Amino acid sequence: METRQRHRERVLLGKVPWLLAAPALLALLFLILPLLGLLIRAPWPDAWQVITDDQAVQALRLSLITATVSMLIAMVLGVPLAWLLARSGLPGLGVLRALITVPLVLPPVVGGVALFTILGRSGLLGRPLFELTGFAFPFTPYAVVLAQVFVALPYLVLSVEGALRTADSRYEEAAATLGARPMTVFSRVTLPLIGPGVAAGAVLAWARALGEFGATITFAGNFPGTTRTMPLEVYLALETDPGAALMLSVLLLAVSVLVLVLLRDRWVNRW
Amino acid sequence: MRARLLRRLFAALTATVLLLGCGAQPKSSVPPAGAGQPATGVIVVLAAASLTEAFQRIGAAFQTSHPGTKINFSFGSSATLAAQIIQGAPADVFAAANEPTMKTVTDHGLAPAAQIFATNTLQIAVPAGNPGGVSGLHDFADASKRIALCAEQVPCGQAAQTIFERAGISPRPDTLESDVKAALQKVRLNEVDAALVYRTDVIAAGADVEGIDFDESATAVNRYPICAVSDSANPLTARAFVDYVVGPDGQAVLSKAGFGSP
Repeated sequence: METRQRHRERVLLGKVPWLLAAPALLALLFLILPLLGLLIRAPWPDAWQVITDDQAVQALRLSLITATVSMLIAMVLGVPLAWLLARSGLPGLGVLRALITVPLVLPPVVGGVALFTILGRSGLLGRPLFELTGFAFPFTPYAVVLAQVFVALPYLVLSVEGALRTADSRYEEAAATLGARPMTVFSRVTLPLIGPGVAAGAVLAWARALGEFGATITFAGNFPGTTRTMPLEVYLALETDPGAALMLSVLLLAVSVLVLVLLRDRWVNRW
Repeated sequence: MRARLLRRLFAALTATVLLLGCGAQPKSSVPPAGAGQPATGVIVVLAAASLTEAFQRIGAAFQTSHPGTKINFSFGSSATLAAQIIQGAPADVFAAANEPTMKTVTDHGLAPAAQIFATNTLQIAVPAGNPGGVSGLHDFADASKRIALCAEQVPCGQAAQTIFERAGISPRPDTLESDVKAALQKVRLNEVDAALVYRTDVIAAGADVEGIDFDESATAVNRYPICAVSDSANPLTARAFVDYVVGPDGQAVLSKAGFGSP
């Protein structure tokens, strides 16, 4: 199965017109060369010292935990929203879809300030919460997750919505005709149908959450152990030790590539 | 084969990192700008975040008194700006918030040290109305108060560390910001009860922020160096701007903004 697919790909590749191949190659180089630059310039002799540093380990741990939690929240909230956009046929969906893409074009730092206005200690919802309970989101790991969900959710919604739009809705109609309730149709027919789309969206959301910087440093602050994720650690290291910053970037890169490869093999390919 | 080619390409790229430095000369040896050739054209000034308001004012005055000149400012953490210059970012003038940061740039260069043009001390900044009831430096050790400090990697963080050491206080910050404006922003938004920022930042923030003095501030005085970057594309205007900053007009603006004179 796999070899046949490879064979087919190779045959196709032989026919790729150079008008497509040249820009494709350029795009590939443009994406890969900077990563290569990281690898070449990273101070490898210091590698062990940098990546076993307590602060680095702490930041990596926080990054992995928060990005994973953010991805799960994005899935729980985002898949239903995507379904609403693609299937509900409610009026005003075009406007809604445009609103959802706003966090994509918003500079993340602005996103952080926007989160303050709602969920900060003096924010619209944050103030009553703070006055009632004494709890405020900023400078806690919850704020890191909130910032990450804010920037990552649109990626998941858009990719799941795309999958829903291209999925054949006749299966769902057939199930409904046969008497399945809407929720049963969703969980037994729709969800398996768009599985790869959900998986791809989740991976995108996870990756975006892992790399989140601007909204996090603004809304969650920067404190080791509670809010200093890997990107913040790298940024701070750049201030004093650019070599360590490069090495930390390589570490983050390696861990994320490893996770993505594992996910791909164990999860995405199942569909 | 291809890998070797790539490696060579990268070696060539890294070899082109330029040697840069600061060429600020003693005040007396430089004729006042305008005496010889008039300063003209565009210069890029990289300056510490804490200089934002003062330098924008000085820049506007300089452009008025030197017609035909245009100054493009880039404000940020001194360390970030220094790294940009070392990496070859186009810059004509560099003004840092402390001497060690400037040294990282001059160490790459040919010319002697830069010129000190201002000093700054720290002050406690609290949101308008002081909702956290902060009265002094000791409140920074109170875990129930929300505190923002600068990270020790940046100048305002180093100054804060010195102050807390001298005062014998172990601060309990909730966040360590990567530059002083970020720390001030948290105060402005009333998300922290107090932050330790430069006196000048408190003045620049206006009515949103109140300043509280403390005795130990004199133990950490930041000295601001400025220099014309030696491979400046427009050295004449760069030098004229440096002279303007250290001259009476520049000093008047800086003093109004809360800076001390060198």
